Amino acid sequence: MRHLIKLAGATALVIGLSTSGFAAEKLKVAFVYVGPVGDFGYSYQHNEGRLAVEKALGDKVETTFLESVPEPDSDRAIEQLVRAGNKLIFTTSFGYMEPTLKVAAKYPNVFFEHATGYKRSANVATYSAKFHEGRYVQGVIAGKLTKANVIGYVASFPIPEVVSGINAFMLGAQSVNKDIKVKIVWANTWFDPGKEADAAKALLDQGADIITQHTDSPAPLQQAEARGKLAFGQASDMIRFAPKTTLTSIVDNWNDYYIARVKAVLDGKWKSEDTWGGFDANLVNMAPYTNMPADVAKMAADTEAAIKSGKLHPFTCPVMGQDGKEIECKGKGVLDDGQILSMNFYIKGIDDKLPQ
Amino acid sequence: MRLDIEPRAEVSKLAQILSPVLAVFVAVGIGGLIVLALGKSPVQALFVYFIDPLSQSWTLQELAIKGTPLVLIASGLVYCFRSNLWNIGAEGQFTVGAIVGCILPLATHGMDAGPWVIVLALIMGAIGGALYALIPAMLKVWFGVSEILTSLMLVYVAQLGLDYLVRGPWRDPKGFNFPQSVVFEPGATLPNLMSDGRLHAGIILALIVVGISWFVLTRTLFGFGIRVSGAAPKAARFAGFNAKRMVVFAFLISGGLAGLAGIVEVTGQIGQLQPSISPGYGFTAITVAFLGRLHPVGLVLGAFIVSLTVIGGESAQIAMKLPLDLTTVFQGVLLMCVLAADCFSTYRVRIVSGGAR
Repeated sequence: MRHLIKLAGATALVIGLSTSGFAAEKLKVAFVYVGPVGDFGYSYQHNEGRLAVEKALGDKVETTFLESVPEPDSDRAIEQLVRAGNKLIFTTSFGYMEPTLKVAAKYPNVFFEHATGYKRSANVATYSAKFHEGRYVQGVIAGKLTKANVIGYVASFPIPEVVSGINAFMLGAQSVNKDIKVKIVWANTWFDPGKEADAAKALLDQGADIITQHTDSPAPLQQAEARGKLAFGQASDMIRFAPKTTLTSIVDNWNDYYIARVKAVLDGKWKSEDTWGGFDANLVNMAPYTNMPADVAKMAADTEAAIKSGKLHPFTCPVMGQDGKEIECKGKGVLDDGQILSMNFYIKGIDDKLPQ
Repeated sequence: MRLDIEPRAEVSKLAQILSPVLAVFVAVGIGGLIVLALGKSPVQALFVYFIDPLSQSWTLQELAIKGTPLVLIASGLVYCFRSNLWNIGAEGQFTVGAIVGCILPLATHGMDAGPWVIVLALIMGAIGGALYALIPAMLKVWFGVSEILTSLMLVYVAQLGLDYLVRGPWRDPKGFNFPQSVVFEPGATLPNLMSDGRLHAGIILALIVVGISWFVLTRTLFGFGIRVSGAAPKAARFAGFNAKRMVVFAFLISGGLAGLAGIVEVTGQIGQLQPSISPGYGFTAITVAFLGRLHPVGLVLGAFIVSLTVIGGESAQIAMKLPLDLTTVFQGVLLMCVLAADCFSTYRVRIVSGGAR
């Protein structure tokens, strides 16, 4: 029996050697999603990125994904992907941070990329997008279009990404409308159409005439549409869910980034680093400006172009804190990246207490 | 002509043992047909799902890690289900166990306090889960409130409580406002058993619990009381078992073991508190308990099969690009088959000729 196993092992070895001798092996790339691919929001956009990699480099790579991986259960999922021979693994939710680092420490020859986290190691890179740039453009549009001067904001969790988004939105709005107010409801979820709809209803009842959201389902848009109000979409272009209501959507675009990182591994140039780009890096796009007068659409497009070219920074100093005191300016005339990435304060004019 | 279902006069021991085995085979057959309909090879799927995970030390360890909380929770649920009590809230007791158990590991963080922390943490976790299960038990005993409803609703209370703690008082001060606690010190985590995998000491606890539970249920008067009060409540009362006390004990045991599972999972596997610490173990354990025919040892087999489908499901996504939904569907098919097999082994279908009634 033992001989048989040895023989089988030897045969497998020979076959393995001979096949790898004939064809260059494809690079195996894997993705871990927190939601279903069909959420039409966050995970959907990451999967679009995966498909873009297949399209661009299909002859050199093979991609795999695991969807709806629960965060407390992700250690094993990530390790399974390593054991299946994947050499580059993207883990796309904040909650995968510690598991990604744990698995990465065991497999120094595999490259990992963790989205939206802040801990790196020799073989773990991090990446995220400057979504707040899109929020600033939304703020400008909302400031121009609101008649009630009250905007409803459906927020998810009080983490820096969301807080800096609220502030950027407010700064954009204040740049065109000094009297504007933002009302915030914390839905405490990324994806829960029922809760998101309730939050939007509450905001509309309080007199908001434009709704914006930092949650992933189209439910708030649909509530706004039902009341004949206006709203912004999130993560993917959501206009099909509310054609008469959607002003624009912030669209996450991971395609270029994923292709570039896969190429880096193919060329042997992959490094552990942090990537944080916005309009300029083509990581954040705005969906077409719709349901608004041409002059507002032009203003929005100009603002987008100004941010893209670097002429305009959403957090240009002086930025006033909620108490009216000026925030220390650590960058060159702007708040620096570290300040934005760890933002846990509101700017002046926001009528809400930050949950601490 | 019509079909009639009537109880069998006698259910053979063999049929009782064979029916779940048969059910698994039927379920695998149905699963194979679905795979075929998706245009993939059922033979390869069978291999990837059921054989591959059993062929490596690493996956075997992962099976045990996945099975540990399921075995602990299901062991407790058996006491409730056997005495006809429907504790649907093990997920909540699991969560409260993790919360209460984490008080010490978090309070002693950075103190290099030593291994007594983990021992006390496990005990506190079990007590926390037991006390939380006492709420639906007392509501049932005092006011006759349905334990199905109260235990289920308390799941959400527990989850929101955990959510509040990791976003508020227990949030890692160096974590950029992200909702999670600090990572526990080595002294506050369960020791690893193997050098090449993640297997932790939780599995030993689970097996000890299974052994004790088998003894209690089959060899003690208390175990007899549990079984009788479920099978024949009136007889139990005549025999002098106090029904109310049985309710309280069954819930205390069930909640205690779910709480233990919670703290074992957090200190053995996750290493910190997060807003979500379970992919639904408390609910999956209900399936596990029934797959094991509510037998204290049989449920180990149930946990094994369920863990296998989860891990096999991941392999199938990776190796064959089969969707995750297939795993979920297969788990449902499996449970239906087991229940159906159960039904056919205790009842028989008779064709009655003649007019309609």
